Amino acid sequence: MAQPTPVPGKRLLTPFNVVTGCILFVGLALTAMRFIGGLGAVTNLDDNNPWGVWIGFDLLCGVALAAGGYVTSAACYIFGLKRFHSAVRPAILTAFLGYALVVFALHYDVGRPWRLPYPIFVSQGTTSLLFEVGLCVFLYLTVLFIEYSPAALEWLGWRRARNIVVRLTLVLTIFGVVLSTLHQSSLGALFLIAPSKLHPLWYSGYLPIYFFVSSLFAGMSMVIFEGTLAHRYLHGQMDEAHLDESDGVVLAFGKAAAFVMAGYFFIKIIGVAVDDNWAHLATGWGAWFLVELLGFVALPAFAYTLGVRERNRSLIRWTAVWTVIGVMVNRLNVSLVAFNYHLPPAQRYFPSWMEIATSIFIVTLGIVAYRLITSRMPILYEHPDFRHEH
Amino acid sequence: MGITRRRFLTWVGAAAGSQVVVAGRSQAAGNRQFPGFAESFGVLHDVTRCIGCRRCEAACQQVNGLPEPERPFDDLSLLQQQRRTDAGTYTVVNRFEAAQGPVFVKTQCNHCLEPACASACFVKAFQKVPSGAVSYNVDVCVGCRYCMIACPFNIPTYEYDNPFSPSVQKCTLCQPRIEKGLLPGCVLACPKEALTFGQRGQLLQTARNRIAQHPGRYVHHIYGEHEMGGTSWLYISAAPFREIGMREDLGTMAAGQLTAGPLGAVPIVVGLWPVLLTGIWAIGKRKDKIAAGERRQAVAEAEKNARQAAEAKLAGLREQLGKEKEIAVKLAVKNALEEAARAAQAEALPGNGEPESKEEK
Ligand code: SF4
Ligand code: SF4
Repeated sequence: MAQPTPVPGKRLLTPFNVVTGCILFVGLALTAMRFIGGLGAVTNLDDNNPWGVWIGFDLLCGVALAAGGYVTSAACYIFGLKRFHSAVRPAILTAFLGYALVVFALHYDVGRPWRLPYPIFVSQGTTSLLFEVGLCVFLYLTVLFIEYSPAALEWLGWRRARNIVVRLTLVLTIFGVVLSTLHQSSLGALFLIAPSKLHPLWYSGYLPIYFFVSSLFAGMSMVIFEGTLAHRYLHGQMDEAHLDESDGVVLAFGKAAAFVMAGYFFIKIIGVAVDDNWAHLATGWGAWFLVELLGFVALPAFAYTLGVRERNRSLIRWTAVWTVIGVMVNRLNVSLVAFNYHLPPAQRYFPSWMEIATSIFIVTLGIVAYRLITSRMPILYEHPDFRHEH
Repeated sequence: MGITRRRFLTWVGAAAGSQVVVAGRSQAAGNRQFPGFAESFGVLHDVTRCIGCRRCEAACQQVNGLPEPERPFDDLSLLQQQRRTDAGTYTVVNRFEAAQGPVFVKTQCNHCLEPACASACFVKAFQKVPSGAVSYNVDVCVGCRYCMIACPFNIPTYEYDNPFSPSVQKCTLCQPRIEKGLLPGCVLACPKEALTFGQRGQLLQTARNRIAQHPGRYVHHIYGEHEMGGTSWLYISAAPFREIGMREDLGTMAAGQLTAGPLGAVPIVVGLWPVLLTGIWAIGKRKDKIAAGERRQAVAEAEKNARQAAEAKLAGLREQLGKEKEIAVKLAVKNALEEAARAAQAEALPGNGEPESKEEK
């Protein structure tokens, strides 16, 4: 923090680079194994457990945590909260990288990745919620790319193109919100088709709504969390507006997240009531459900409230990390932990270290790409030639 | 004549094709119900007649060209463990201990009437075909394995060890054989007639008759008549189904209906969200505009007030200044007159004319 961010390529043997290098090396080796030996060579997937961490973490958590993009741009451009302006670009970039990595990770998981465009261009299975997810993610990735492009165009100095894209901001933002609403919720709806496999406490007709609402506070918490990281490690690249506004963003998003989480908490309770699942709460599954609901929703919501009331920014920042973990717990519960709950323990899935290492590899790629882009393009500061042109 | 006949054949082909197309479409989650294919075939599995000989497994392997298993099919010790279908096995027989002694149950794809796998597949690789089978098209399958998540009977399996052309594997109901007028391999091989092939409607009748004729023997339920919207395979049993590894909590709703709600919400979101969001944006914009207008007005007002105040002050000043000027002028006039008087006095004295002319200028 004391010294400004090193110019990339100047000092190669930083701890960051060494760790990253090792992860990338292992990741490349695993990639080779996956594509030469098939899914069976690296995963613990089997016929009863066709989806593992590559879906549960890379896809479900990845998409939920990339929600910061649509949440921030909607707050700024649709709800007119201009003081979030400096948070928009980092959030859009993170969302774009997040979705790009989700699509990248899917190449590992599906059996014939070269056919990933098939659902859109060859044979449309419109009765499938996965079709909706695929189409929306494809379109939203395109939207995010366009939304991100002004930063690249400013960097390239292509003023004309940049101004055209900037003029599309509102339309793109609305597209983004529509597409996000659809696929964030359909990720939850994916599991509606398997009422006999997902534990009743997690299976609910409201699953799509739960996934959508929790994506809102997942996104806000991620914006706070990333902002904190960027502050710590990329401080040197931030301009005054970003430094000045960041506290306001932390407080405002903390407050909004507290509200949305309170709402989420209540609709979760209503879900239990509607399906009359009270009896399940007294079981071991119920205990775990309560850990998720109280420990990772109610408590952080309370901590956010406290943090906002006392303007305690570091409490808000820690709560953001807590909430992010909570959203991951929820997604993993739905897709892996409470899924196939009826199977005997011997037939349950537990990821292989290679699956986990591959996921770490993919996340690392994202961090490297984020650093590369922020160190070159105007993400954390406004380009001097384009200042006050928004 | 030849042309006419060829044309006739084309029509038949088109008609058959359109039937399939319509069939494909009617499975789509919509607000219309799919009544099922009236003439479709199925199999009735009378669990009470099954002796666990595994001949159906052997026949299945043979007619489908599946790989030879590690242990031969006449090795019945395999029945000690619970097995499920896998990539090289379309059907398995499992043994259960029930109150009335051992019960053997054959499992395979049940060829649901409204299949969860077909509803789940995002490239339409699965189709319920009019003959009754749920067919799988490997040429479009992406390998996402959502069909496996969706199937309530845990049937589809995957070739996890195949890196380049992995596919989903499951029983085909011997669709190619049926369409040639042959019986499915397993049905043909069963020595105890535990499997009966026929049109589903007739099979239901047969099942009902058997239950009616032996009221003490069977559980009063035809498994598959309504489960998950109904299946082409039907089961009757002496032991409660839950005790022989079959879930009784699946409900009667077809898989497609479970996801119809969220799919139906798509057009609503696509249609309403932009309106709502643009509205919010416009309201915000208008509020800003009104606020800006009010601010401008306030500024103008303040300006006006300030100007008026300034003018008033200026007028006062001017007035004061005017008065002062007047006084000054009067004073000057007075001075001038006095000066003139003094000059007139001085004129009387000689050699002092110059200052006078200066003053006149
Ligand atoms: S049993 Fe499973 S695989 Fe067979 S048709 Fe039904 S849903 Fe599809
Ligand atoms: S694995 Fe293949 S058949 Fe199964 S849902 Fe995916 S694309 Fe369809």
